[in-house]
Amino acid sequence: MSKEFLDAVPDGAAGTSAEGSWPVRQVRRENALMNKEFLAFIAVAALLAAVPFTFNSSTTFIAMCLAKGLAVLGILILLRAGQVSFGHAMYFAIGAYAAAFLSSAFRGIDMMVLVAAAILASGVAGAIVGVFVTRYRGIFFGMINLAFSMVFYSILEKAFHITGGSDGMRIRRPTLLGMELRRAEFDVAIYYVILVFALLSVWLVWRYLRSPMGEALRAVKTNETRLEYVGLSAKSVLLGGYIASAVLCGLGGVFMGMVQGLATPEHAFWTRSSELVFIAVLGGPAHVAGAFGGTVLFEAVRTYAAALLDDSWQLILGVTLILIILWAPGGMVELFRRFTGRNRVKTTTSGEASR
Amino acid sequence: MSDKSASRLLLQAEGLKLHFGGIIAADGINLSLYEGEHLAIIGPNGAGKTTFLNICTGYLRPQGGSVRFENREITAHPPREITRLGIARAFQIPQLFAEQTVLENMLLAASVRERHWNPLRNLHAIPERREMEELLELVGCSDVRDRVASELPEGKRKLADIAIALALKPRVLLMDEPTSGVASADKFDVMETLMNALRQAKVSSVFVEHDMEMVSRYATRVAVWAQGKIQTTGKPDVVLNDPEVIRNVIGG
Amino acid sequence: MTLNFAVLALLDGIAYASLLFLVAVGLTLIFGVLGILNIAHGSLYAIGAYVAATLGQWLVASGYNPWLTFPALFAGATIVGIVLGGLLERLLLQRIYEKDEILQLLVTFAVFMILENLQRMIWGVQPYFMSTPLNLLGNVSFLGINYTAYQVLFLPAAAIVVLFALRHFLRHTAMGAQILAVTEDREAATSIGINATRVYFMTFVIGACFAALGGALATPTTSLVTGMGANMIVLSFAVAATAGLGQIEGAAISALMIGIARAFAVYLSPELEVIMPYLIMVLVLLIKPNGLFGKVTARKI
Repeated sequence: MSKEFLDAVPDGAAGTSAEGSWPVRQVRRENALMNKEFLAFIAVAALLAAVPFTFNSSTTFIAMCLAKGLAVLGILILLRAGQVSFGHAMYFAIGAYAAAFLSSAFRGIDMMVLVAAAILASGVAGAIVGVFVTRYRGIFFGMINLAFSMVFYSILEKAFHITGGSDGMRIRRPTLLGMELRRAEFDVAIYYVILVFALLSVWLVWRYLRSPMGEALRAVKTNETRLEYVGLSAKSVLLGGYIASAVLCGLGGVFMGMVQGLATPEHAFWTRSSELVFIAVLGGPAHVAGAFGGTVLFEAVRTYAAALLDDSWQLILGVTLILIILWAPGGMVELFRRFTGRNRVKTTTSGEASR
Repeated sequence: MSDKSASRLLLQAEGLKLHFGGIIAADGINLSLYEGEHLAIIGPNGAGKTTFLNICTGYLRPQGGSVRFENREITAHPPREITRLGIARAFQIPQLFAEQTVLENMLLAASVRERHWNPLRNLHAIPERREMEELLELVGCSDVRDRVASELPEGKRKLADIAIALALKPRVLLMDEPTSGVASADKFDVMETLMNALRQAKVSSVFVEHDMEMVSRYATRVAVWAQGKIQTTGKPDVVLNDPEVIRNVIGG
Repeated sequence: MTLNFAVLALLDGIAYASLLFLVAVGLTLIFGVLGILNIAHGSLYAIGAYVAATLGQWLVASGYNPWLTFPALFAGATIVGIVLGGLLERLLLQRIYEKDEILQLLVTFAVFMILENLQRMIWGVQPYFMSTPLNLLGNVSFLGINYTAYQVLFLPAAAIVVLFALRHFLRHTAMGAQILAVTEDREAATSIGINATRVYFMTFVIGACFAALGGALATPTTSLVTGMGANMIVLSFAVAATAGLGQIEGAAISALMIGIARAFAVYLSPELEVIMPYLIMVLVLLIKPNGLFGKVTARKI
């Protein structure tokens, strides 16, 4: 069953075949679904918009969650094509460092310029690496991405004079629309900027995944041969998704960098990539909501766990990941559906809900 | 059928050669397909029939020879390019997008055909939706329109595969055993409908077939394959009554 | 670049290549037979190194004959390989053989995360040293240059022994034949009575032992730090992929290529050192996407 988000189903689609009654029922159910999800989206957006006024102390925490969620959204796109990248933290780092370089070169630079630069840098990098990497699938795809990111990490760490080495680079507080902001104002302002970008990205990715190109991504996973035999290059489809995912990670990186005021080589380390993958699998690759829901859960657990199990973070992640894969490959979204009895859909072993 | 000198030459294979190790899959294949023809390819298993389709559509690169479509060189061009030129394919083992519904499979094919690249437009909202639904009805798959492809019964899988190929509005349709897997009772209906649709839409076809009744009824010409070579070609009633053919292909 | 440097780089490269080969051959063997890329291989390398170091340090501190550190290297590696490898295969991998390739990858990645964390918890972040075996073997002189016998003789010898032992095992023993049969065609092998479950288990344990052995033998040449596991998994993947996943003899050649190239990079332009293995991998894959010796399996339609 497809979910139309903000797209009306043309009336003519009710069908004129002998099975006339069935399609009409389908359409009605789809519309009902659409309204529910749209309402949920609006509700969550409103809730998040109110955060700086209600839960003020959590503003920065949620800002960072949203930034990370953007990167996870990128991983989700690749998961739709059945691929996992173990190296996407590289684009996260590129976004942060793009901001670092620009903000140290031009004092008082505008936030939007930094964001634009991050998008450009990560997009270009994604295109260059992507052209090579999209020749591959599965294991090679995951590992070559990992290799690229580890090399990038080493360069960031070693090129002390350019990148500040393992200490990283500061990201000076940028101006916004010409206004210089004080600390407290900045925290709120950047929160809203991130929120807008996050909501916009969710909407765009949602539409993209339901568009012909997005559905073609799914075809890359299920039957590349047939995809080629309807006249489409699987590589090109995957490359498009790859660049989109790189840009999303770059966006996450630049926002995280501006919130923290820092860009470090750690941003590119494999552990960061693993977190993104983990959240994507945890959140459930079937639904874009999983990206952000998973991030919040992840970061919340980490904040609390830090107190109790300081150095066992990777251990917990690893065990949880294995448990999820063995018993709930659809992640949070599947568990949610199971609990609410909404699981009319079958989940394939690749964690993708089939309709 | 139509006079060959008046019909357009669509697909032309010349001197195709291909061998894997010790197996000779194609040994100097010469075959032409003219507009309006429905060419049946028969022969024992392993004779190289599917290999021929693979070479024509660019899935395999021949070691010698050439393939031309409307007098255009297409030898070993990628399948996606050849598909876009107007040659569509249905497979022996149906190739469907497993996680998507039958309708979505069709819509995706139509989207590629019409180049719908807008990332904001829903797949289900493309203008070709009605056309796809009608096409599904034509091949008898309306009842499984919203079923996920991986859950289709065997017979429907074949039909869905053919439907996807037809969705591309090809000039030439290559089919590999189109009715195998379809229930015997339905075979003739399906083939009848299919062939009528092809004739109406002026689509020429090549189909690999093991059922000689189908061949005699629907083929305008027959080519007999054996060990990578074409033994003989001709009208169905002639070829199918040829004693050599009966011995090598039909009989045993 | 003088002859001295060239010889030094060459010897350095061969020593390094020997270690790379040991780890990569295990990775490629496991992939060839089980079809799984074991990302945790890097951790097996690291833990093998740490266990060997701990064992060696204990032996020396307890006053035993320092030559016992040599068997300790092999003993430590074997224990890690059998125990850790065996447990992993039995408890976890068996459950995922039928699953999607991506899920399998995620599982071994999760194991990698767990083992890296455990390693850090047990041995901490301070560097470990255990260079006794290296010191015991002393130096050799080669074209006027002094070099440690351990690196220039022992390591390559170990690698060669492993290579030929593996070849012999696969080609001339019953178990080896079974492994090759399963690699070729699992269903056919099972239908003639080969116990695929046992074959998988043996293969994984052997591969794990090789990884641990690579780590153990590396211990005397370097200080053990956290992150060596992560570095080694990408490196050994680069070696295995350059040769073609599943190619055992090929892994020896690509290990040599990459080891020597890296060593020359260290002497000529140190900034390139880290990139060199991946540069080679990318270059090879650009020309031969399945590796130097890899076989292309086209999908049958």
